[in-house]
Amino acid sequence: METAFTPLTSFGGGLLIGLGAVLLMLGLGRIFGATGILSGTVFVENREELAWRLALILGMVLAPGLIYVVTGAMPTLNVPVSPAMIVIGGVIVGLGASLGSGCTSGHGVCGLSRLSIRSLVAVPTFMATAAITVFLIRHVFGG
Amino acid sequence: MKLVFALLTGLVFGTGIAISGMMDPAKVLNFFDLAGTWDPSLAFVMGGALVVTFVGYRLAWRREAPLFGGRFQLPTSTDLDAKLIGGSALFGVGWGIAGFCPGAAIPALGTGRWEVVLFLIAVVVGFFLRRVLLTVTPKGSTS
Repeated sequence: METAFTPLTSFGGGLLIGLGAVLLMLGLGRIFGATGILSGTVFVENREELAWRLALILGMVLAPGLIYVVTGAMPTLNVPVSPAMIVIGGVIVGLGASLGSGCTSGHGVCGLSRLSIRSLVAVPTFMATAAITVFLIRHVFGG
Repeated sequence: MKLVFALLTGLVFGTGIAISGMMDPAKVLNFFDLAGTWDPSLAFVMGGALVVTFVGYRLAWRREAPLFGGRFQLPTSTDLDAKLIGGSALFGVGWGIAGFCPGAAIPALGTGRWEVVLFLIAVVVGFFLRRVLLTVTPKGSTS
């Protein structure tokens, strides 16, 4: 399915994502990496870190509700993916992001802006494999 | 105060994710579908986020310590090892299959959609798999 090109709202949303990452650094001195925050919470990797991680996650989860209150509509969310593929993709995402120590937020936003050499390698790697995967699913195997 | 700050930080980040289109798998998958229904919007998300973090991080680091104490905790590793590259490659494959990444799926939980719950459960299974793999990996290959 086609989706509308939305440069302005996407850029504006990006500014807020960046602001969230900067606030976490300014306030708590931490990288805003969703993989580390989620994994650290689920496995309680460090008890002293648990409270702020839970508060951060709660804030994130409240965001669509805030948008609903302000605009009267939930954010758009179309999932052109079967339940089986959501599960397979999810397991691979969890395994890969934890092995690679980061995902779009940790390597993509925080790592690139720090000019981390690991992130400068990780981001083109996952962007390329994601594009190849979508190409294979949609144009080779016919999705 | 620290927890309220963390909650608001999560809310800012999550609102950015929702506005930007990052939590919409149809849009994410189209971003990677260069040969099909390409939607370049998400490049603007990354652009907006990087503008803010690139400048904001450097302003934050002018302080001796974060607002709520402790110290700035930044990854120091510069190893370009197989785990980083293989893990990142895997992450991209999963992202290309499911259309969700962890930083987008956590705020998307707030929409109440079952697909998001299913994806995040699968991600946690992936985290768990990585921990199992790590315990059977010979010593010396630490992350």
